[in-house]
Amino acid sequence: MSTLLNGIAASNGYAIAKAYRLIEPDLSVSKQTIESPEEEASRFQKAVETSKSELQIIRDKAEKDLGADKAAIFDAHLLVVSDPELLGPIEEKIKSESINAEFALKDTADMFVAMFEQMDNEYMRERAADIRDVTKRILSHLLGVQIPNPNMIQEEVVIVAEDLTPSDTAQLNREYVRGFTTDVGGRTSHSAIMARSMEIPAVVGTKEATSTIQNGDMVIVDGLNGEVHINPTPELIQKYKEQAAAHELQKAEWSKLVNEKTVSADGHHVELAANIGTPKDLEGVVNNGGEGIGLYRTEFLYMGRDQLPTEDEQFEAYKAVLEGMEGKPVVVRTLDIGGDKELPYLNLPKEMNPFLGFRAIRLCLEEQDIFRTQLRALLRASKSGNLKIMFPMIATLGEFRQAKEILEEEKQKLVAEGTQVSDQIEVGIMVEIPSTAVMADTFAKEVDFFSIGTNDLIQYTMAADRMNERVSYLYQPYNPAILRLVKMVIVAAHKQGKWAGMCGEMAGDETAIPVLLGLGLDEFSMSATSILKARSLISKLSKADMESLAESVLAMDTNEAVREAVNKAIK
Amino acid sequence: MAEKSFKVIAETGIHARPATLLVQAAGKFDSEINLEYKGKKVNLKSIMGVMSLGVGKDAEITISAQGSDEQDALNTLEETLKKEGLAE
Repeated sequence: MSTLLNGIAASNGYAIAKAYRLIEPDLSVSKQTIESPEEEASRFQKAVETSKSELQIIRDKAEKDLGADKAAIFDAHLLVVSDPELLGPIEEKIKSESINAEFALKDTADMFVAMFEQMDNEYMRERAADIRDVTKRILSHLLGVQIPNPNMIQEEVVIVAEDLTPSDTAQLNREYVRGFTTDVGGRTSHSAIMARSMEIPAVVGTKEATSTIQNGDMVIVDGLNGEVHINPTPELIQKYKEQAAAHELQKAEWSKLVNEKTVSADGHHVELAANIGTPKDLEGVVNNGGEGIGLYRTEFLYMGRDQLPTEDEQFEAYKAVLEGMEGKPVVVRTLDIGGDKELPYLNLPKEMNPFLGFRAIRLCLEEQDIFRTQLRALLRASKSGNLKIMFPMIATLGEFRQAKEILEEEKQKLVAEGTQVSDQIEVGIMVEIPSTAVMADTFAKEVDFFSIGTNDLIQYTMAADRMNERVSYLYQPYNPAILRLVKMVIVAAHKQGKWAGMCGEMAGDETAIPVLLGLGLDEFSMSATSILKARSLISKLSKADMESLAESVLAMDTNEAVREAVNKAIK
Repeated sequence: MAEKSFKVIAETGIHARPATLLVQAAGKFDSEINLEYKGKKVNLKSIMGVMSLGVGKDAEITISAQGSDEQDALNTLEETLKKEGLAE
């Protein structure tokens, strides 16, 4: 009978495959006296031999599939399973004490594990894990139970686990893993992030996946709706097969666009870039054909720790991103802290109106040590790629001039110290405060680019706190007031030969994209997974048509009227 | 018995990959092979033994082999040490 589990939809798509439980079996042992020590010793030797040949197969397979680096861990396991100093004492113990092999193994291995864990060298401590892994393998053969060998999977499977650790996922054979479902976790847990980067569906936090699903059960993972169907009816399987095929078709169509430029139906090129938070996000950007980074949120370097990141730490992160993008543009936003993003270790006083308070560039111009450290790290990394620096929350030209002057000072200092600094760095601002949008024509003479931060621009223009659900109806991206401000910024930029981008939610919004294209936006920065969809949409739109559409919607009266008009026009 | 002393020159000493290679090499011979460091002698065919010595840079080590293929074993191990830039 078909059973349904509900969980959190953590990664898109549908998987239909047999369940593979990635769960540790019970390997507990107890001390027993045995009749024939000789026989017991040979039972132990046999378990060792079986483990050895199993490891040899895993090692060879890992080398073939994952490379020599990944196989090295199994080389180490093979040496442990052949180690005379481990095996000798165990056999000795079996014979001299007439005890069972399981206990002799466990007892001896535990002693070695304890010895290695006490060493003051990290590498040695890791070896304790090797001994533990090998012990488990031999034990499983002695006890006649199966331990999961995820890298030996030879058919398409859905992985069922309590949770997946990084080392679990590193061992998975990606070729055959069709989806995940776990008992615990949320959208940002490791298993969810891993599933999204592997681009396979996942439903996490089902609470009872491991207690309900048996090895070999047919399982459907619906990563769009957060559902897991166990032993579904043939009708349900058929339904999901059709949905999966449609989804694959769509994805295949989009993936053809990975290496394409973003060009409208009438040949106009725009840049589709990605918003990222850490160097780890680069993989998704590359896989989804990002033409650059339109917003690197550097706050994450400062968050989740108890002190400021050092200049060198920051340098490494910026360098990694710049190198990873191989010369494509990377817009780095300087520290945007305050508002909804706090740093406990800065001990900033609580404010009545944090979104209107001491945050972002306002904080940086006051706490210049923090700002200068970041700028130095950025300048030092600048030779590694195509760096553009963006200041957030600029409200006045004075702020921009001061920030730029500090940047210049740090640059001069570095040059004097003999550090190589690129002289091609563009310096721009985020446009998220209405005063700046209104004054864009003046700003455009001094900045190298604009990037419109719509989330804040909308909340400041509509005077509606975006964290307050009771006024959420005022979050109106298509309100002509917003669109007119956007237009002012783009026109002002182009008049001075500068470019204008957008890095808020709106840039990846299917209703906003046609209007933005018509308004002449040069760069759209969004979450990496939205890029291909947006590229596909833009390829079907004519810029000339969108120009007339934009002109007509700017003259409309409400958010809803604009939404309707656009959706009708692109249908 | 064949025996020879070396000075470890590798920055990390005999850890990780180098230890693996030495033990793998030693395992191919019938002779009894030992590694001695600071007066402590371990079986060179035992990864756990070798690593428990914690041989660091500049350490003076002695390898000894006893058995039918002792000279062969010592030559091979010397070659491994030098090829991997471990010792001189």
